[in-house]
Amino acid sequence: MKARVTVTLKTGVLDPQGKAIEGALKSLGIDGVGSVRQGKVFDIELDGADKIAAEAALKAACEKLLANTVIENYRVEIGA
Amino acid sequence: MRAAVITFPGSNRDGDVAKALRQAGAHVDHVWHGDHELPAGTDLVVLPGGFSYGDYLRCGAIAGRAHIMDATRAHAARGGLVLGICNGFQIACEAGLLPGVLARNADLKFVCKRQHLKVERNDTAFTSAYAKGQVIDVCIAHGEGNYICDPETLARLEGEGLVAFRYCDAEGNVTTAANPNGSLNGIAGIYSPGRNVLGLMPHPENLIDGLVGGTDGRGMFESLVGGKKAA
Repeated sequence: MKARVTVTLKTGVLDPQGKAIEGALKSLGIDGVGSVRQGKVFDIELDGADKIAAEAALKAACEKLLANTVIENYRVEIGA
Repeated sequence: MRAAVITFPGSNRDGDVAKALRQAGAHVDHVWHGDHELPAGTDLVVLPGGFSYGDYLRCGAIAGRAHIMDATRAHAARGGLVLGICNGFQIACEAGLLPGVLARNADLKFVCKRQHLKVERNDTAFTSAYAKGQVIDVCIAHGEGNYICDPETLARLEGEGLVAFRYCDAEGNVTTAANPNGSLNGIAGIYSPGRNVLGLMPHPENLIDGLVGGTDGRGMFESLVGGKKAA
């Protein structure tokens, strides 16, 4: 079973990397870029086929390591 | 004073802080991050500077979950002393020993320079050899030293006198211009509520010998050892 965990900065947390990327995109002449926030994506291969158990395990993984919940939010998506 | 300096994969200031502690008269044990226990009689645990795990995921995130950190948390809970310097401060925050986060420097630059710091209080185990309000000259070298926390935590840190050091100019003025990384309220270091855990971004261990340009860092190690002489 494949899963994807996305970790993003909470609203209001300064994201200087996103700002720098935003500036670079604008300087490249890419039209219509309003703002950029940078995050992280983790593609995770899971043993077993129990989606509920997998979701619980991934939430624990996010709380314990993948996200720093002081400044970051996370989202868990479980695929086939 | 018996100090345990922890080495994580990617620590690189463990030798320097051990030298600073020995110079002040401490007995130093080097401890591997995979160990489960601290040496018997450890008074102080030091989380040294460096780039543990190559700063992968977040600075200090993986080291903060190392086996030895369980023993370090238990040591701190008993009132034992813990000193986290630079990456060690990041590790202490990630391990839950201190609140908040060291985020990417506001201007995205890695800063490596001399920096003045204001000693906020001298009634702690880490700062008794300094004067309250003293301006000290130390080194900073970090890319992620921008201290941030939620407004409630900041109010608590300020209200309970848990700010240890602030970035300042040579006259002791805490200004935006003197803040190298964007930290809230110019915070360079903080204490736990019991003031037995200190995390700071600057490197006091860099300046312990006149030969390398200054000795203002000695006070921290002399404070620590002065409170408890080597057994």
